[in-house]
Amino acid sequence: MIRLTDVHKSFGSNQVLRGVNLHVPMGQSMVVIGGSGTGKSVLIKSVLGLVTLNRGIIEVDGQDVTRADRDAFLARFGMLFQGAALFDSLPVWQNVAFRLLRGTLKRPWSEAREIAIDKLRRVGLDADVADRLPAELSGGMQKRVGLARAIAAQPEIIFFDEPTTGLDPIMAGVINDLIREIVTEMGATAVTITHDMTSVRAIADQVAMLHAGKVRWCGPISDLDATDDPYVQQFIHGRAEGPIAAVR
Amino acid sequence: MMRFLASLGATVLAMLAAVGRLVMFTAQTLSHLARPPFYPREFGHALLQIGYFSLPVVGLTAFFTGGALALQIYAGSARFSAEAVVPQIVAIGMVRELGPVLVGLMIAARVTSSIAAEIATMKVTEQIDALVTLSTHPMKYLTLPRVLAATLMMPVLVGVGDVIGIFGGYIVGTERLGFNAATYLQNTADFLELRDVVSSLVKGAVFGFIAALMGCYYGMQSQRGAMGVGRATKGSVVAAAVLILAANFLLTEAFFSA
Repeated sequence: MIRLTDVHKSFGSNQVLRGVNLHVPMGQSMVVIGGSGTGKSVLIKSVLGLVTLNRGIIEVDGQDVTRADRDAFLARFGMLFQGAALFDSLPVWQNVAFRLLRGTLKRPWSEAREIAIDKLRRVGLDADVADRLPAELSGGMQKRVGLARAIAAQPEIIFFDEPTTGLDPIMAGVINDLIREIVTEMGATAVTITHDMTSVRAIADQVAMLHAGKVRWCGPISDLDATDDPYVQQFIHGRAEGPIAAVR
Repeated sequence: MMRFLASLGATVLAMLAAVGRLVMFTAQTLSHLARPPFYPREFGHALLQIGYFSLPVVGLTAFFTGGALALQIYAGSARFSAEAVVPQIVAIGMVRELGPVLVGLMIAARVTSSIAAEIATMKVTEQIDALVTLSTHPMKYLTLPRVLAATLMMPVLVGVGDVIGIFGGYIVGTERLGFNAATYLQNTADFLELRDVVSSLVKGAVFGFIAALMGCYYGMQSQRGAMGVGRATKGSVVAAAVLILAANFLLTEAFFSA
């Protein structure tokens, strides 16, 4: 279980998170929605220790993440970044097997390559992609490689930061299906950040909406359409008029 | 008046903060020297990039500088009929000063800029964050191999630059200025001392450390966007060049004063 209690984070005078409380049960797929700049990415980066909190506690299975052994803690996580964040200088298979080629999970070179190719196949890519450089791939293929990297070390918890941003609707559908299948197959806990409502409906068990640095609404996906929260209704229907001020 | 003092104070504080950040960054880099895991593949790659691939630019720079130095010294010494000192002054000038400084500045232009741009781009595209999530410390994986490789390779590059610079002077001296080849070489060898060579190599190591460290520091400190990458690259080269020249003065003072 991931639990965030009274999480605050600001960058200079910009207060991004203003007391976030959120609970993600293990084995569930939580999708965090919200407008641009509401701190969704900051939220998951806080859990991973990529940004330092000003105040608040983040616990994973009851353990405060700031006191956890970093290597053991991070070994439980996988993350797909918004722009895939593949390492330009490494071929695709070494990107996927990055964690398996060094550190505590180190495997022999040939075994790591086999696992990488297996994961690439799992996300629908041929083995001949393995030796290409990331720059030689399309955006959709890069996202798939990022997904393969996120699952290569069999993590218990996977974060997806805007997994369908920049993809055409068909490729976005493919990525949504892959995320759903893989998370179910691995029994992993998933936290996804997105504005894409098609993604939300394809991936989510639970939905949390972030607004003005706080969780505005949280509940099962089945309750999303029925809620009378005007902020949620404006967001999910993409209306310009409503309580959320659109920046023009 | 108060506004001026406040502005001056803010500038001084900002400078002190920047120095503090750089000192902390240096200490963090060095602290990873003794702590595993190590990344020999990245270190080997950095040795190749910084050392081997810099040889052509170092060689050309040193050769032309040695040749120009021989011409200048010949022209200058001719005013008081001391043309015979050309081999000695070329040797001492290249080994003590021009070799290490020019190689240092060329490495600042070629390597520092490349490191800063690469790391800044990695930061902008979240590759540094990705490294952390993959249980890999960016300082250990990116900074340490580059700084270590530059510190070890620069004395080699400076040594090569010194030899090629002297060779440039030799070619000009014998082919253009009419020096006897054997005498030129004999005068060069007789005049150089071990201290000259040691100072040259030590300067090389220090300049290499500065060049790579500035590239990594500015890359890691880079702000978002293409402008951030540009600023990091420009700042790293300027800082490396200035620090190399300042360190050169201090090292010259340490080796040759009194």
